[in-house]
Amino acid sequence: MPRLKKRFHIRGGDFIRAGEASINIQNLLKSMDFDPRLVRRIAICGYEGEMNVVMHGGDGSLSLEVDAEKLVLELKDSGPGIEDIDLAMQAGYSTAKDDYREMGFGAGMGLPNMKKNSDQIHIESQKSRGTTVQMIFFLSGGEKAD
Amino acid sequence: MMVKDLVDKFGLAVTAGESGLDREVSSGYCGDLLSEVMGNAPAGCAWMTVQGHQNIVAVAVLREMAAIIITGGQTPDDETIKKADQEGIPILLWSNSSFTLAGRLFSAGIGKPATESSSKR
Repeated sequence: MPRLKKRFHIRGGDFIRAGEASINIQNLLKSMDFDPRLVRRIAICGYEGEMNVVMHGGDGSLSLEVDAEKLVLELKDSGPGIEDIDLAMQAGYSTAKDDYREMGFGAGMGLPNMKKNSDQIHIESQKSRGTTVQMIFFLSGGEKAD
Repeated sequence: MMVKDLVDKFGLAVTAGESGLDREVSSGYCGDLLSEVMGNAPAGCAWMTVQGHQNIVAVAVLREMAAIIITGGQTPDDETIKKADQEGIPILLWSNSSFTLAGRLFSAGIGKPATESSSKR
């Protein structure tokens, strides 16, 4: 049984509200007294995922599920999908548009940051059908170096 | 050193987030690529960047930074100011390059190993 389940809507192209879902999750986890290092890792993953949805995914959501053993962060979007997941996971690879790059995004570091900061990452994507990225953080034994 | 001490010592202009001026600054970070900053900036840092759009505030909140310093004479967007006020993240302005300010901060002891013992990292 999940101890907690929360879902936040992410609006594609909305740079003004971008990051709010991750900030909400960070505040929630802090109030629940989780290890600050774990909260930091989750905040990084949430933000990177949220920005991916804002920039590429059209509409989507960020959800958090907590149980006794783990926290699961899941991003779902209805965007164009990732054609080559292995390529997308490579540091430096990006399909961001020029105006996003000018804002300091599109460095090809989002997915690698998410992989580095989560214990497990699962990506499912279908062309024109959207993408689901699930990241798992184990509460014990899975601690990663910052 | 607190954010307001930086303001006084280096003549920085406070443009937003005044409620956060008593945050403790334990180190500094320079970067304009948001994912790179998101992945690497230390908690409690003063972040020097030329970016002025609203997404810098979320990065600062999520990385638990002390303050954002917009360098190179750049200025924040209105939306950035509004968000920083809401979150209590000070935004300071420096008209010269990040390099020149980072040098001053480091010389003043910010980010040097001896001062890090007081931070919670």
